[in-house]
Amino acid sequence: MVYVNGAGFTKIGLLWEYSLEDLAVEAALKALEDSEVKSVDAIVVGNMTSGVMNSQENLGAVIADSLGMAGVPSIKVEAACGSGGAAIMWAAISIMSGLFDSALVIGVEKMTDVTDIPDQTSALATAANARYESSLGASFPSLNALIMREYMKEHGLSEEDFAHLPILMHKNAVDAKHAQLRFRISLEDYLKSPYISEPLRLLDSSPIGDGAAALVISSRRADESVEISGFGAATDVVSICQRDDLTRLRSVELAAKRALKMAHLEIRDIDLVQIHDAFSVMGYLNLEALGLVERGKAHIRVEGGDFNRDGWLPVNPEGGLKARGHPVGATGVYQVAEIYLQLSDRAGRCQVEGAETAIAVNIGGTGSNASVHILRRC
Amino acid sequence: MVLERTSIPLYWRDRGIKYRLLGGECKSCNRRFFPYRKVCPHCGSTDVNKVNLPRRGRVVSFTVVHNAPRGFEYYTPYVIALIELKDGTRLLSQLTDVEPDEVREGMEVEMVIRIHRTCGESWLIAYGYKFRPVLKK
Repeated sequence: MVYVNGAGFTKIGLLWEYSLEDLAVEAALKALEDSEVKSVDAIVVGNMTSGVMNSQENLGAVIADSLGMAGVPSIKVEAACGSGGAAIMWAAISIMSGLFDSALVIGVEKMTDVTDIPDQTSALATAANARYESSLGASFPSLNALIMREYMKEHGLSEEDFAHLPILMHKNAVDAKHAQLRFRISLEDYLKSPYISEPLRLLDSSPIGDGAAALVISSRRADESVEISGFGAATDVVSICQRDDLTRLRSVELAAKRALKMAHLEIRDIDLVQIHDAFSVMGYLNLEALGLVERGKAHIRVEGGDFNRDGWLPVNPEGGLKARGHPVGATGVYQVAEIYLQLSDRAGRCQVEGAETAIAVNIGGTGSNASVHILRRC
Repeated sequence: MVLERTSIPLYWRDRGIKYRLLGGECKSCNRRFFPYRKVCPHCGSTDVNKVNLPRRGRVVSFTVVHNAPRGFEYYTPYVIALIELKDGTRLLSQLTDVEPDEVREGMEVEMVIRIHRTCGESWLIAYGYKFRPVLKK
């Protein structure tokens, strides 16, 4: 079995004083301190854009070196916005193999050293198919906008129906000290926010920000450990025009099924959820893919308060991608780090009462690469 | 910084796809897809024939891009549409010769060759398909 023994993360935002390495080191040192572990057998780094945004690949060695850990095997795992979750999964597999006893997982993304928006947009569009999506001028938000439009048509929704999720996420983030957008928004704010790619608005979208999160995981169970009870991953067809059903996240369905099977749990056993709400519509599709809501009904359930921190099933109590922030390759590690704090009763004002089990969904691209983790209180 | 892709073979290699809508027709599941590839995205079969897809279709869904990737800023706001060709094959394309507020779902469109972008200071010009409203006869 694999346990999370410690977690650490930086605040998310426009962190001008931090370099890519500074972010990774701060999160990693916090996680090591939290776990009271001095050394690890391996490092796995989750990151998407260090090549295009920071002119830095070979991130495994760069970060091991920055931590004074030269000598430890260390690699970068990349799965677009799903890099963080993928890094945790491959680190867990390395421990389950019996070869390693412990690993440091670091998700890191330094986005703000690229200051021109077209360059940022290009870098993020590398999550889509380079030859037949982004090379035509399709931005990553525009692909999500097409999915949103199809979802609206299928279920007869208005733009307003998408406001409920960002409103809830912003409300939750107010209590999260590390969150990027710690302010509330209203329906009016949502409807006044500009289109990025119609019908997708600025307030449907997760922000651009820097951040790093880290976990120490091992085969050793300590007092405050949380068990990684299951995980699963899956891919889907990358080009959205080649998918049979644009409004269904098959990768998430498959990954969740695999993770639940490994954990010997059903989705109804889960007490706390982290979804990948990079855009409002993706948040709704996550909830559907997990089997938590009927197709086309997510907005009603969110508006009704079912997913509030004190609701039927708390979702993203720290504000999710929308408001906690989405430092792309770090996000999946933030999700599991937040769950770790929740399940060890250290989530402060974001604390959900009485949660025993939690699930985290992290996706890359428009759902083309997903990983799901299930954690349980020991 | 994102690297400019200024290789001529990069664009030349895809000439069939970018200029003739070269798609695939799977002999195993009988489905067509765009662009052509050796392995069917639907069933995984390698029994795939090359086929030039019909140049007419209709707009299924569309969005207007306001924040463009590098190289496309000049064209904003522009329309990215999901298009269903006459044979049912779907593809993604920019629309051209039409204002964003004139685009409608279901609109009949046809393929034309247009500049996709000029690549930075190399002035390499990448051409390829775009779709425009079908001209009235």
